[in-house]
This record gives sequence, C-alpha cells and structure tokens, in this order.
Amino acid sequence: MTGTGIGASVKRVEDQRFLTGNGNYTDDINRPGQSHAWILRSPHAHATLKSVDTSKAEKADGVIAIFTGADMAADEIGGLPCGWQIHNKDGSPMLEPGHPPLAHEKVRYVGDQVAIVIAATRDAARDAAELIEIDYGVLPAVIDMDSALAGGTLVHDDVPNNRCFDWEIGEKDAVDEAFAAADHVVSIDLVNNRLIPNAMEPRAAISDFDRSTSQYTLFTTSQNPHVIRLLMGAFVLQIPEHKLRVVAPDVGGGFGSKIFHYAEEAILTWAAAKVHQPIKWTAERSESFATDAHGRDHESHAELALDKSGKFLGLRVATKANVGAYLSTFGSSVPTYLYATLLAGVYTTPAIYAEVQTVFTNTVPVDAYRGAGRPECTYLLERLVTKAAREVGIDPVELRKMNMIQPDQYPYQTPVALMYDCGDSPATFASALKASDYAGFEKRRAAAEKSGKLRGIGISTYVEACGIAPSAVAGALGARAGLYESAQVRVHPTGSVTVYTGTHNHGQGHETTFAQLVSESFGIPIDQIEISHGDTDQVQFGMGTYGSRSLAVGGPAILNACNKVIDKAKKIAAHIMEADVSDIEFADGKFTVAGTDKEMAFGEISLAAYVPHNYPIEEIEPGLDENAFYDPLNFSFPGGAHICEVEVDPETGDSEIISFTAVDDVGRVVNPMIVEGQVHGGLAQGVGQAMLEGCVYDDNGQLLTGSYMDYTMPRADDLPNFSVATQSVMGASNPLEVKGVGEVGAIGSPPAVVNAILDALAPLGVEDISMPATPLKVWQAIQESSVRQAAE
Amino acid sequence: MPTVSMTVNGKSVSAEVEPRTLLVQYLRESLGMTGTHVGCDTSQCGACVVHVNGESLKSCTMLAAQAEGADVTTIEGLANGDELHPMQEAFRENHGLQCGFCTPGMVMSALDLVQKNSDPSEQEVREWLEGNLCRCTGYHNIVKSILAGAQALKG
Repeated sequence: MTGTGIGASVKRVEDQRFLTGNGNYTDDINRPGQSHAWILRSPHAHATLKSVDTSKAEKADGVIAIFTGADMAADEIGGLPCGWQIHNKDGSPMLEPGHPPLAHEKVRYVGDQVAIVIAATRDAARDAAELIEIDYGVLPAVIDMDSALAGGTLVHDDVPNNRCFDWEIGEKDAVDEAFAAADHVVSIDLVNNRLIPNAMEPRAAISDFDRSTSQYTLFTTSQNPHVIRLLMGAFVLQIPEHKLRVVAPDVGGGFGSKIFHYAEEAILTWAAAKVHQPIKWTAERSESFATDAHGRDHESHAELALDKSGKFLGLRVATKANVGAYLSTFGSSVPTYLYATLLAGVYTTPAIYAEVQTVFTNTVPVDAYRGAGRPECTYLLERLVTKAAREVGIDPVELRKMNMIQPDQYPYQTPVALMYDCGDSPATFASALKASDYAGFEKRRAAAEKSGKLRGIGISTYVEACGIAPSAVAGALGARAGLYESAQVRVHPTGSVTVYTGTHNHGQGHETTFAQLVSESFGIPIDQIEISHGDTDQVQFGMGTYGSRSLAVGGPAILNACNKVIDKAKKIAAHIMEADVSDIEFADGKFTVAGTDKEMAFGEISLAAYVPHNYPIEEIEPGLDENAFYDPLNFSFPGGAHICEVEVDPETGDSEIISFTAVDDVGRVVNPMIVEGQVHGGLAQGVGQAMLEGCVYDDNGQLLTGSYMDYTMPRADDLPNFSVATQSVMGASNPLEVKGVGEVGAIGSPPAVVNAILDALAPLGVEDISMPATPLKVWQAIQESSVRQAAE
Repeated sequence: MPTVSMTVNGKSVSAEVEPRTLLVQYLRESLGMTGTHVGCDTSQCGACVVHVNGESLKSCTMLAAQAEGADVTTIEGLANGDELHPMQEAFRENHGLQCGFCTPGMVMSALDLVQKNSDPSEQEVREWLEGNLCRCTGYHNIVKSILAGAQALKG
C-alpha cells in the first residue's frame, strides 16, 4: 500500500510552488523581445463608431502599432463563435449575430474592444491609447430584459425584439391537465441576480509568431486551452492546429469565466503576426469587471400544482435570461440544457413544462459561472417548494420528504430529458437535518428572540447534472463539440510516470487527485507521478475543466490508459517470467505468476519495455505509453441537502449566518481534504450570491459595480465556518463512480440562505426578498411589511 | 529615470524605473520576483501584500521610490531552502490554498497578524483578513491555517 491512493487526504503536490511564490501564471511569463498591449474600450453601452483616428497615437513614444476593427475586418477575421446551437419552439435556429473581436462600426457594451495599442511598455501603450480620437454616435442603450423584448432599441439590427431564441422543454398539455386537476397552485416570481465571477487572477495573454515556421503561440488564462485552439484557430483566425500552440499555465481561478474564447486572445494572436514580436496583455481588475463574462441574470415566473395531500402534480416555468450584447461561447446552453433539464429537482413531479426566452442587452455577455444554470434552477425550485409549504400549511421538511424520489426509483427518468442514474436524496436530507439539529431549532429561535434577534432556518435539497457530458447527447441537444476527455499515461523506463490530461487545473488540485488515481492503479507512490496539463503541444487533446467534469470524465480516461498500460505490462511480465498471460496478477506494484513466488516490480517491467532485450517483440511494441479517450454514458448527478440558520437584527436588517450545514453526495471521494475545500469554496460563492453580490448597470449601461469598492465580494468575516460532510451513493455511470464536486456548494446554498432569512422574517409578515439579501433590503422589507400590517 | 535601491529578502537590489512605478511593479517587473501578485487596481484584494520594514503593506499602494532604502520581505523570502516557513507549512497542512493566486498575500498578511497578536482568536483572524480577498476557499481553511500557523510559531 502506498498510502497515496484513492480515499487518502494526500497533501497537495502543487502547494509547494504556490506557497513559495514560484507559481507560473500568465502575467509572470515574459518572452524575449516582447511588446505590451493596451486595449482601448468603449465608454458607451451602445454607439456607432463614426470615426476612429489613430494618427496622433501612432506617433506617441514607444508605439509599435495600433489596430482597429476595420483592420481586422479588412483581413476578413471571423467572429467569436458560440459553441451551442439552440432551436426555437418552431424548430428554427437561434439568431447568432456577428461578434467581431474588435468592434466594427458599432459598440454594444461598456468595455467592448475598440482598438489595440501595442508599444514598448504597458504605460506607453496606455498613454498612447488616450490619444486615439473616436467620434461615437451615442445610441440609446437597452439594459433590462423587458425593455429589450419590447423592441425599439435593437442591440443587433438583425435580431427583432432582441430575442435570441424562444425555447421550450417538457409537455405543455400534460402540465395544463395537472393544473386543471390541482387543489393548490402556488406561484412565485424570482430574479436570479447577475454576478461577476471575479477569479482573483485577472485575465491575461501573451501571443507570439515565429516567422521562420509560421508557428503561433498563445499563453492565456484559460480553463481549456485545446478548446481555445479549436475555436480561435478554426473559426476566427483560420490557423490550422499544427501551427497554433495554446498554453494555459498556472491559472488563478476560473469559476467558468475562463472557459470562453475571449476577443483579446484572437486580437493578440492576429496582431503578433503583424508586428513580428511577442505581445503581452494583462487585464486590470476594472477590465475584468467590465469584460469577463458575467453569470446568472434570470427573471422567472413559476407555478407549482399540488393535490390536497401536498403531492406535486405539475410545474410550469417561464424564464427570461439575459445573454448580454453577444452570445458568449456557452451563453446559449446555460439557461436551457443546464437549467431547465433540472426542474424535476429531487422530486417526482410528473409533469413539467418550461419556456425560456434569451435576450440581448447592451451589457457584457453572460455565460457559465460556477453552477451555470443549476443554481438558477435550484433557487427557483427550493424557493417555490418552501413557499408552497407555507401556503398549503405543510411542514417544509414533510412536504419535501413526501415528494422526493425514493432510492428504489433509480434510474429515474424525469419529464425534462434527464435520467438520474443513482442517488438517495432522503438519506442526505436526513443526515443534514440531524447534523444541523433541525429538531432543536425552535428552542434556539426562542432563545434568540429573548435577545432581540429573529432566528430563521432554511432548507435546500438539490440534485444537479454535471460531468459534462455524453458527446452524443450533447450533440443531439445542439453542442457543436464532443465532450469526452483524453489522457496519456507515459511510464518512463525506470518506472516513474507522467500523465498528460486534457483537463486543466486552476485550483481544483488535479495534480494531486489525478496522481492518486495512478498511485492506486500502479501501486506506486505519488512522488513517482507527474500530472501535466495545459499545453496543446504536450497534451494530445482535451476539452478542459468546467461543469465539474474533470474527475468524472478526465479521471476515467486516466484510469483506462492505466489499464492499457497494465495489460501490456502483463504481457511483458508473462514473457520474462515464462508464464501464461492469464496467470499474471498485478497488485501493489508487483507482477506475480499465480501459484508461484515469481514476481517482478513495476519498474522492472517498464525498464524491460524500453530495453527490450528479452521481449515479446513479435507480439507487442517496445515502450510503455498509452492513450485513452473517455466519453461518458450519462451525466453525473451529485445531490444533497443544505441547511442554513441565520439571525437577523430587526433594527438594522443585518443577517448573520449562525450555522451552515451541507451534506453532499458527490459519489466516490478520492481526496476528502480537497473535496471539502471545493465545497467550502462553492458555499462561499453561494452565500455571496444570496447575501452580498449583485451586478448593477444603470439605465445607460454604465457598470455601477465595477470595482471591489462597489461589488461586494465575500470576505472572511462575512462567512461562517461551514459544517460539511459527504455521503457517497455509488452507482454513477463512470468507472470511478465519481460525481463531481466543484459546483455543488454554489448550487445548493443560495435558497437555503434566503429561505432562512425569510423564515426569520416570517413573524413580521415578510413574504419575499430578493438576492442579494443585503441589510438594506432586509430592513426595507421589515419596514414595508410593518406599514402594510398597520394599514390592514 | 531615477534609480531606486532597497533590500529585498536580505539582498541589496537596485533598478532604474519611471517615477510612477509602484513597489509591486518594481518587484515583479524590475526584479522578476513574480511571487507577489496583482489582483486589483483599487488596493482591495491584498494579493500584493509584502512586508516593508517589518510591517505588512499592499505593495500596490506605494511607489517604488517611496521604498528607497527600505527592507522588504516577499513570499520568496520566507522558506529556508526547500523547508517551508511554519506559516507556509500550516497553509499546506490545512489546505489553505486552491488556485494559489491570493496565497502570497494571505501568508504575508497572516505573518504580520501573528507578530502583532501571537494567539489570535478565529474572529480576530477573520477581521484581520478584511484586506485580503480569496475566491476559492471560502476562507474556512485559510482561517484554520492561520490559527495553526500561529500556534506553530509560538512553538
């Protein structure tokens, strides 16, 4: 036993470099002879570019070149593509207006790229950018979705009513019948607040072009370098893969925001071939706020039909989703297949129908942010179910229990396309109720009341779909790429191993977790294993890291490649030990011949593979280096229960989280320490959404929350210690039986927090509050309720 | 351009810089010491915290020229060879980092807390971290790391 296999809380391999200041983030990299870029951005949300005069700026000190949208258009550079095609109710495809990397003729949001200034230093580039004279023809901006859908101002002239698509899922007639037969109908209107991802490392890129080989290189802050190579090479710049290397080195957090192919990547790569020198660009935080794709931003109306006993009969949902000014890489899939396919939640609701309209506005594009669609869905369901419990007069625990899918109902086909392979919501719910001492809550509420505080408890039970995805299913739903993962397991002559994975590690601990898989498989200690990722010239292929897919999809690829290595190694062992292959056993790093004392160590076999003097050369090739691609059979379905307890100060509206309990089923746990850390981080982002964070644009499209002084990031003293536990239900549709853990915290937690605040405020007659539930909003809700009650 | 000289991690250094150069730019760009990070442009995030004359300071809030003659310690100056400083070790042991970007600032900030308060409470740690943002960890394990690091340093 190595002690570093599956299930061990191995300390992270990557920490040494990060703790000593030796990380290698994109902005830490400098290329010989590099120049620096500054991107000039639109200060207007919507304007025509009547003229762009760069003549003065071009003469400024240190300036090497300046390019505008007209220059890219002259080179017939393509638009940034969307990776997922959605169809309207009538079967017609969504509208995909052009998305030029540098704005041409029109700008459509504050921050839209207008020009790139390339100079000897960043300061010189920035100074010169101020000399560019632009005559903007300012147009009215359309910011809120209702105004956008009313038409009038159009973000894109060829998109009527700013509607990108109008999509539906589920059985409308069956739902109508369910509502006709219902004893109770509960409805709710909800806003899922727009969020700004805020990975701590701002986006950055360095491009290079080698004239002697026509080879392009791009270093970029990406979660998926191969996807960037594919999208930028094939669709935007027409560079074939063998001439384009994309490297995503250490990346300082992503949370979805670094999945997408951003304009700057294409602009820099294209410009490098013009100026024949490397170009470096690093965003300032203000640029991150204004130009990183935002998350969430839904408005929904939902109705739940119940029978007399409280059994759910039907669910009807209508959602408007803001996609911003342009379709970002996965902007169309998030509010559709990553959202409405989860509307069954953990419940047996037999009839579900949802319609989603997506809307262009003069705001930065909206795309996947930690959870991507599933937090929006979970928030809607768990607010609605909690409201139903109150209105129908059934305890919220009992209402959930009586409608939950039971363990013996798996695999469970939902009415909205997904088939949950395994799960046990009643079990995780029971554990969370126990861990949070739900039964003792009323005593704590009474005690708080004595000290003038309002105490509340909130529940969220959820399931999500991740481990994206079976390619065939994704393709049938409109994905324009496969979603498998690849691995290469290279055993070196002396038995150490390098694994090349197509996923990308930007905080998730893959260099440790993946090494544990190999340690388990080969029976060798983890210090003999290196995990390599992020460089398209080293790694054969990959679809990257998002949608909690790395272990669920990338892990089995590694495992399969390891198994191929073992199969081949057994043949070598059989030859050398003069036994039949069927008699060779492999365990704890040793190949043995069954029933004998013959054995060879893993390193002896690898050496034989590379020094094949005594070798079955007619049967197998030398070397020990295997590839595998793994395409999953189903999504994976983590789930669980989150319970939050808050105290509200009715005098100030300040809410404090007293305790937060999360019990999550993420399938098999490879590294418990890392899994807990992932849950903590997700919970912090969920609590942030529920209580602190909210993106605000004014009516003119100016971003009011454009810095850390205006956008409330969760800080250490805003958050509690989280009580986190995992409860694994095996049976996930992948050989590791893992389910994914990166997003569960952000998915499950927001409704638990808001339900807790509403529970605390219920005695005052407050029935609704929107996220973020800031002290101001809570205080206002209390005041409005007391005025209303006084009037009654 | 003026020449700015100081001591960084015990070594005398000197470089010509534009007057507007910030201390963090001097460290990263003039000296190539990229362990100190830049996460924002409003002095909020704390990724750039270093010690100047023994006190923690956001190195984006100071011009390099203002640090003329100062004694500066960065994250690169903590470990003794491959042996981590007890606070670094506490972060490793307690999974106090994920993507690593805020980590240098967190560790440098934590060390200043501990030299001012050798036995901080959890609440004191949380309040001290007011000026350091992390998006990955939810702070849970950072707080745990700092509490453990403080105990380790008390010996």
